[in-house]
Formats: sequence, structure tokens, C-alpha cells
Amino acid sequence: MNIESELKSLTSPMPLPAKEAVALGTGLVDGFSAFDSPLGGVVVGFNVVGVSFVELAESFRPDEPVHGRRVVEAAPPRAWGSKIERAIDRGRPADLPVDLRSVSEFQRTVLEVAAAIPFGQVRPYGWLASEIGNPGAVRAVGSTMAKNPVPLIIPCHRVVRSDGRIGNYSLGGAHNKTALLEHEGVDIDLLSALAGRHIRYLASDTTGIFCHPTCAHARRITDAHRVELKSATQAVSAGFRPCKVCRPV
Amino acid sequence: MVMEQLCERLARDLDASFGDLVDALGDDVYSGLRRIHGDDAADLTQEAFIRAYRALSGYEPERIRELRLRGWVWTIALNLGRNHARDRARRPQPAELHDIHPVEDPEPVDDRLWQERLSLLPTAQRTAVVLRHVVGLDYAELSAAVGRPEGTVKADVSRGLARLRSIIEEES
Repeated sequence: MNIESELKSLTSPMPLPAKEAVALGTGLVDGFSAFDSPLGGVVVGFNVVGVSFVELAESFRPDEPVHGRRVVEAAPPRAWGSKIERAIDRGRPADLPVDLRSVSEFQRTVLEVAAAIPFGQVRPYGWLASEIGNPGAVRAVGSTMAKNPVPLIIPCHRVVRSDGRIGNYSLGGAHNKTALLEHEGVDIDLLSALAGRHIRYLASDTTGIFCHPTCAHARRITDAHRVELKSATQAVSAGFRPCKVCRPV
Repeated sequence: MVMEQLCERLARDLDASFGDLVDALGDDVYSGLRRIHGDDAADLTQEAFIRAYRALSGYEPERIRELRLRGWVWTIALNLGRNHARDRARRPQPAELHDIHPVEDPEPVDDRLWQERLSLLPTAQRTAVVLRHVVGLDYAELSAAVGRPEGTVKADVSRGLARLRSIIEEES
């Protein structure tokens, strides 16, 4: 027996799962995994930085790169599984890390503000533009929502047009946006009724505070004390101050 | 692929060429670790490459160009294997070295037999024999990988081979 040549034959290929684990562990590819959502099945992508994309399962193509990166099906990091479920359920990232490297610095800032809009509430595009200190950037805010890599988790569905229309939605279109807001208990008929009368804010004549109509504080105002306002200027000249929670101005 | 060319590409664009490093050395590292450490070779291999990537991300391009790539990757892999073996020795019921799941591909019938023979060698000899004759490192690479002088690893290889011969003789 030639020991050396027998030893030489004792090779075996590196298993594919180990190769994929290397690609995932180095952050050179993204993993993806299926989750439930109020819109049905979704696919959530992740990498060493955080959650990197959310797409509808029905339109997801695993053989195509997402944001220029190859994807492989994989279990999410153990600590993230329940955080992803919770983030989708509540529509906010909370302590789930999100990878926003696929968008610009400006867009990241906008998305970080959008991430803080509470469950069951909506804000106009213009409000987001003001919040980032760039009130003229309403269109840029709109296109940022369209590029949100992690819809549902960063709740761009809570950003609507100030004329009362729901506006576009990247995850399957406007009807999905409506469905999500209804799922969160937003009274869409009321919103469009107010918008139809050009009402932008609601105030209470007992507290002297005005709010976005879906702010938790606005919803507590009783009919007898509710004051409808068409603009912040009107509100201020009528002696109201802006709510410190929903920050209408 | 010639290792120098790979170093050059890693130095220029680590992310674009790291997959080529895994393709070039993955089978070697897995095969070697499998013969040295048995069952946990896949986990060890994947961890070794992830560590290699992290290390390379912190290196200046000049340092990457000068790396003796195979010996360097093996240094990482052997360190991991050593720590792993130490941790495993502390476990209440350590798995046997020759308890190895067959891989999917068809293999020579005496695969398990060889695994058992190698498991009978002292660690230093087993490592040296596997790296020299299964993986095919030259003595310079082998010496760098285990961090011992060339003369010592040469002696380990020849003692290991001699031992294997006597083990095989005892079988018949």
C-alpha cells in the first residue's frame, strides 16, 4: 500500500451550507426567511448589519440580487427571529437593527423619522419634510418612502398625502396601504372627510392644544370640545399651542 | 489559482474576491480539518473563513499582498481547531474523533478506516501528516501554519507516516 497516495485521496468538498454560512457571516450575501404579516406572507432579508429588506412573498425572486447583493435562504440570527415578528406586528423596528446602507444619507434621516410614527397614526409627507428641517423636500420625502427597503418594519404606510388621499405604497400598491391602516384601526373615512373640508388639525378648547387628527391626544377630545383647524397659522392665531407629542409644527 | 494572484486581488478588492479565496482553499481546509478534528469540520471551516475575512478587512493592502495565504489561513484554522478540541475535552461526553458522519458524495470504502487510523496518531503528528499529505502544504507553509520550525514538522510527518505503517501492519 502506498500510504502517501491514499492520504492524498482523503479529500472531500467543503459542504455548500458551510460556504453559504461564510458568505452570510462575512456579510457578503444577505440571508432571507419567510414571515407572516397583515398583508400575508413576506420575505425578510438580513445580514451582519441588520434587517435589509422586506418584500411580498408572492413577488419575491430569490435568484435575483436585492440592492445589488446575492441572497440565500437562511434562518435569521437566533436573537432576531422574534424581534422581526414583533417589528412587523407593531410596525416599528424598536431594538431590531435595520440595514439602511442601500439608501442615501438624506433618505436614512427621513426613514428614521418615519420609523417613530406610532401604530394607528398617520402623518403627511410635508410633516416629515419639516421634521428633518427641510420643509421644501416633500417630493424627496415621497420618493424616499417608495425606496424604503424595509416596509412594514419602518412604517412608511403611515405617511399619507395632506389632501386626505392615502398616497402610493411600494409593497403591492395603495390598496395594501389602506389595508394596513385599517388593520391598525385608522378611521380612513374620517380622515378623508376632514381632508375634504381642508381640516388639517384638531384642537381641544379645554387644553388649548392642537394635534394631527390621528394623534392619541386628538382622539381623546370629546365632540363638544373639538375645534377643527385648517392650518397651523390659524391654530396659533386662535391661541392654540402645538402638541408636544405629535408636533404638528 | 496561483496564490500570489489571489493575494493581489484580495488586496485590491476584498469583498469582490473573498469568494474566490473560499473556492480556492475551502475544500482543502474542510478536508484537513475533517481528518484532524472529525465531525465538527464544517463548523470549524466556516468559522475559520469568517475570521480570515475579518482579519483581512483590517489589513492594509500591502500586508495582504505579502501574505503566504495558505499557511496563513491554516494558522487560523488550526488555532480554532485547537480551542475547539480543548473545549470539547471539557464536555461531559466528548464525541469520538472517528465518529464522523459520511458526507453525501460516494467515498472510498476505507474512508472511516483511515479516519480511525489517523485518530490513533498524537495530535502533532496527525496535524503534520494531514497538512502535508492530505492537504498538500509544502514544508514552509506547514511550518508557518503550526508555528514550529521546519525541521520539527518534517520529523512529525515522518514519525506520523511510520506510525501509520505500523498501525496498518497490525491490522493485517
